[in-house]
Amino acid sequence: MEKIREIVLPGEEIDLMGNKPGNGIYIENGKAYVEYLGVKTVKSGYLNIIPLSGRYQPQKGDKVIGKVVDIMPSNWVVDINAPYLAPLHVNDTPWKVDFGDTGKYLNVGDTIIAKIMSVNEVKQVWLTMKEPGLRKLEGGHVITVSPTKVPRIIGKDGSMIKILKDMTNSKIYVGQNGIIWIDGSIDSILKVVGAIRLIEREAHIIGLTDRVKDFLSKNKKENDENGRN
Amino acid sequence: MSKFTESVVSEIKRDYIQKLLSQGSRIDGRSQNDFRKIEVIKNFIPRADGSALVKLGNTQVLVGVKIETGEPFPDTPNTGVLSTNAELVPLASPTFEAGPPGEEAIELARVVDRGIRESKAIDLERLVIKEGELVWIVFVDIHVLDYDGNLFDASALGSIIALKNSTVPASRFGQGEDFPLPIRHYPATTTFAKIGDKIVLDPNLDEENIAHSRLTITTDENGKINAIQKGLEGTFTKDEILNTIKVSIESGKYLRNTFILGDDSK
Repeated sequence: MEKIREIVLPGEEIDLMGNKPGNGIYIENGKAYVEYLGVKTVKSGYLNIIPLSGRYQPQKGDKVIGKVVDIMPSNWVVDINAPYLAPLHVNDTPWKVDFGDTGKYLNVGDTIIAKIMSVNEVKQVWLTMKEPGLRKLEGGHVITVSPTKVPRIIGKDGSMIKILKDMTNSKIYVGQNGIIWIDGSIDSILKVVGAIRLIEREAHIIGLTDRVKDFLSKNKKENDENGRN
Repeated sequence: MSKFTESVVSEIKRDYIQKLLSQGSRIDGRSQNDFRKIEVIKNFIPRADGSALVKLGNTQVLVGVKIETGEPFPDTPNTGVLSTNAELVPLASPTFEAGPPGEEAIELARVVDRGIRESKAIDLERLVIKEGELVWIVFVDIHVLDYDGNLFDASALGSIIALKNSTVPASRFGQGEDFPLPIRHYPATTTFAKIGDKIVLDPNLDEENIAHSRLTITTDENGKINAIQKGLEGTFTKDEILNTIKVSIESGKYLRNTFILGDDSK
């Protein structure tokens, strides 16, 4: 069973317990310290600190939703809500794009699902769309949540997202970067947005699943106040 | 993110806003002629002669008034001087850049200025110390702290509230006793954005980004139109303008009674 994870504070000295220092840990005078407020986790021999808030930190293999902000002759520039804009090269798309023909496939303002192919030391990212399911999104609505709340919106083994989809009869795709795409009737979109805002607000309170079910069955609607993309 | 990338409008969002509007609803749940939640804090800056902080949804504007003595303009020797300035500081939005005021800041200052000036809100004749030589100069400085659309209404509301609560610091300049700045009228400014064929009051940033025309109307307590400013490249029909003016007078009453004259501001 999953243990309750320990919250650590910035500047706190931390015991690596035989692991290598991972994200959010710095070494000074041979001692390890925490960089930011977060929870301690161990993953494949590394001790990482997962931040409680903040902008999206890109990770290799994450599927993200992004907005195309610029077109170049052989690549697109995508805003994925990360510290830097991410390029997507024509070779990493399922299409056969001639040089200079990028605008025929994706345009400025389009929204796509892409996968993070690589991240370097300074968090610069390369994207790819060469995988089933990665595509341009059309219709529906896009909202932004804090990337740290994404696991709660998806739920354990996708339980929460399944409830949202089933009870509102809508299509939902949650990007790891905190951007969520919802498609369905206007009513169901409003219901999903309301439920997601509820999850964001009350993620830490026990019995979240029941409250979300309750919210959805009451047919409440809530419009999006701070959805920025 | 650069100025350029932030101003890219997501096509999905554009379609969604238009779809919602066609059903009479808006992205933040308001109806077409609703303002966002307004919060006003009077006399926010103790060292200014008058000030107000206005929060219009997530838009935040701070207005300060400074009153000093100076020479009148040669063509108006027997009136005081009103000077309005707006500053779009980079902290307010990723699309604002440091440097001399751009087109947006100048338009904002001019629209606010025109609303106050043309409504004859300040009794400038009473601001003369010695005709042709010495008058009071009223500086209205608008600082945008957070930009989420509709700077016009937030700034104009902040300005008239700051002016209403201003004191002319006569004793500081050796000109007798301090007295409240003489205010005769209470202009209220309302801004509308046209998206598709729908017109909405108090557009937020998302709505402003996809709007193709904008209309700002200032009315006073007698329902008189003091100023109108049309923005962006789109057009309005005659009926749309007449209807918008009606809404503007009504919404102006709400702003005036609740925030400018009322006690709903701290």
